Amino acid sequence: MSIAATNTPVPSSPTALSTARQPLLGVRGVKTYYGNIIALKGVDMDVHEGEIVTLIGANGAGKSTLMMTIFGNPRAREGTITYAGQDITRMPTHEIARMSIAQSPEGRRIFPRMSVFENLQMGASINGMAHFDQDLERVCTLFPRLKERLQQRGGTLSGGEQQMLAIARALMSRPKLLLLDEPSLGLAPLIVKQIFSIIKELNEKDGMTVFLVEQNAYHSLKLAHRGYVMVTGNITLSGTGKELLENPQVRAAYLEGGH
Amino acid sequence: MNAPAITTAANTGKTSAAEGHFDLAAALKDAAKTALITLGLSIPILSYKTNQSGADLFLNPRWGLVAIICAIVFGLRLVLHAFTATRAYRKSLPSPHQATEAVHAEPSAYQKASRFGIPFFLGIALTFPILIYLIQGGLNESRYWVDLGILILTYVMLGWGLNIVVGLAGLLDLGYVAFYAVGAYSYALLSTTFGLSFWICLPLAGILAALWGMILGFPVLRLRGDYLAIVTLAFGEIVRLVLINWTDLTNGGAGISSIPRATFFGLPFTAGEGGFASTFGLEFNGMHRMIFLYYLILALALLTNFVTMRLRKLPVGRAWEALREDEIACRSLGINTTNTKLTAFAIGAMFGGFAGSFFAVRQGFVSPESFNFLESAIILAIVVMGGMGSQIGVAIAAIVLVGGPEILRNLNFLQSVFGTGFDPNEYRLLLFGIGMVAMMVWRPRGLISEREPSVILKERKAISGSLVKEGHG
Repeated sequence: MSIAATNTPVPSSPTALSTARQPLLGVRGVKTYYGNIIALKGVDMDVHEGEIVTLIGANGAGKSTLMMTIFGNPRAREGTITYAGQDITRMPTHEIARMSIAQSPEGRRIFPRMSVFENLQMGASINGMAHFDQDLERVCTLFPRLKERLQQRGGTLSGGEQQMLAIARALMSRPKLLLLDEPSLGLAPLIVKQIFSIIKELNEKDGMTVFLVEQNAYHSLKLAHRGYVMVTGNITLSGTGKELLENPQVRAAYLEGGH
Repeated sequence: MNAPAITTAANTGKTSAAEGHFDLAAALKDAAKTALITLGLSIPILSYKTNQSGADLFLNPRWGLVAIICAIVFGLRLVLHAFTATRAYRKSLPSPHQATEAVHAEPSAYQKASRFGIPFFLGIALTFPILIYLIQGGLNESRYWVDLGILILTYVMLGWGLNIVVGLAGLLDLGYVAFYAVGAYSYALLSTTFGLSFWICLPLAGILAALWGMILGFPVLRLRGDYLAIVTLAFGEIVRLVLINWTDLTNGGAGISSIPRATFFGLPFTAGEGGFASTFGLEFNGMHRMIFLYYLILALALLTNFVTMRLRKLPVGRAWEALREDEIACRSLGINTTNTKLTAFAIGAMFGGFAGSFFAVRQGFVSPESFNFLESAIILAIVVMGGMGSQIGVAIAAIVLVGGPEILRNLNFLQSVFGTGFDPNEYRLLLFGIGMVAMMVWRPRGLISEREPSVILKERKAISGSLVKEGHG
């Protein structure tokens, strides 16, 4: 919070924001519990249209919980989540998914026994396969590897290809906001680079808003317009990607050891 | 005699591999040749049976049997060709894992075999009563076999119905027999109380069973795996216990008897005037009803299969399969998992209900005895052994699991080996167990474990690399 208040022209304090412009995704004072254990201790966060926002933090900080809470599973016990001005806090997951938010969940979660083609069809089923052929071409241009493997079963793909498939599947519904949970998990550095450049392309060419949860602080902060740092259920720092990269605390906690 | 034929089979397999597709004409020719050889061989061996009556010797012609054996040899030969051709072709293909170019749908062995295998099975099923009539040489003599056919088809249908719930949607249901019971009692009660005909009761039984499917579905929506299995098991038992104890309605353990029999679209199968036989100018025979029942259950089973195959290609069917694969991913893709599970339970239960009302009309008697846990277990075993989600696998498993014990009953020649006290039927469960263990070792995912994609990209739909990016957002 401290950096944001002093340095950045994009302030993260709620009052300034609401006067500036309405965020596409607004998270306000969200508390999430697993039983009696509090996982998110009042999180405030904004994602504006056209931005790439990244959330970094150590294991168990609550990054994925925040991602899942946005999707209504588990639900926030306190606080509100708004999407395009609409309160989605209490909505069931599948209805949130139909509001042009797409998610590529942690651990890829593709359908292993279905073919790549069928996986993509599942992604397009929300809008009734309306633009299926076009969208298929589009993701195939983005991920030429998938095009080669359309008939293959999802489970036979390599880890990187599965991640590509998970992202491609999420894109099939033509989302405005794309939520990505650790797309670099367990992937070779070269593939990570590739995936991050695709995210950048999506953002720059198509104007897609991306919310990225990552462990890979260096890459994700370099890519993102803004970033948040989460520690044990609280947002402790926020600022532009560049600021966070230069911040000594961030460097000490997440970037030591080089890349 | 057979050795050169086999090599030709391998040769045709190789040549067709080079061409890239299966040479149907050559295969047909070869199969016809093989059938002809069989015919030649069977003339001295099979076509006449000698019967001794006193001092005289009679020759009994058995041309029906010869025809059937030739047909079987023809079919098997064709299947063998399809199989070897595919295997050779597959070997000649680079593994799809190393593919650097677009891999287009090459029909798998299963697909190719099924192109011939399925019409073959279907043909046998459709002509079964006629074949049996020819083999046994009379309507009354074929009674046992037609009865067995009906029994097997009932289980095929139940297996296909449960396959929707277990195989496609991945919801382990140990209480499927409850829906079978609901269907049977629906018909029994509606027909004995209100005098409704079978044709009205059949859809009603389906609807009622579907309703019960939903009733079961609601409380178990949040359960998966073991917990779901336990609750469904309990549900099956509850239904059975209600049937036993609600004596006012169901007549308890004594069951409901004298359930009206099915009519041929209004024509009863009776000897008198206005019955089926007299209307069509046939001599009355009780077997008419049996054969009618056979075709009825065949039609119902095929309906189940048809609906399932269609549903698999629709969004709801694909959602079932996706649900089986990964529930969280489903939800994040906007699939309403509640509705998806409920439709799976309801549609699976509906087919169970159809089968149940058929059971009631066939037996003319229902009692809670028929709907115990063992039935659920057998149906589930059929689905699991057949390969979850595979329609043809389920049919084969039903034939093996239901028809197998009947074959045991007829292995009387074993008595000459093991002594007269030997009853092979007593070893039924032992063989069952051995079979299950063997399955677990060799085919742990069922007889046909390969899942067919429900969509296959045609060449024309292939995406060329020159396509530019389209669409946005």
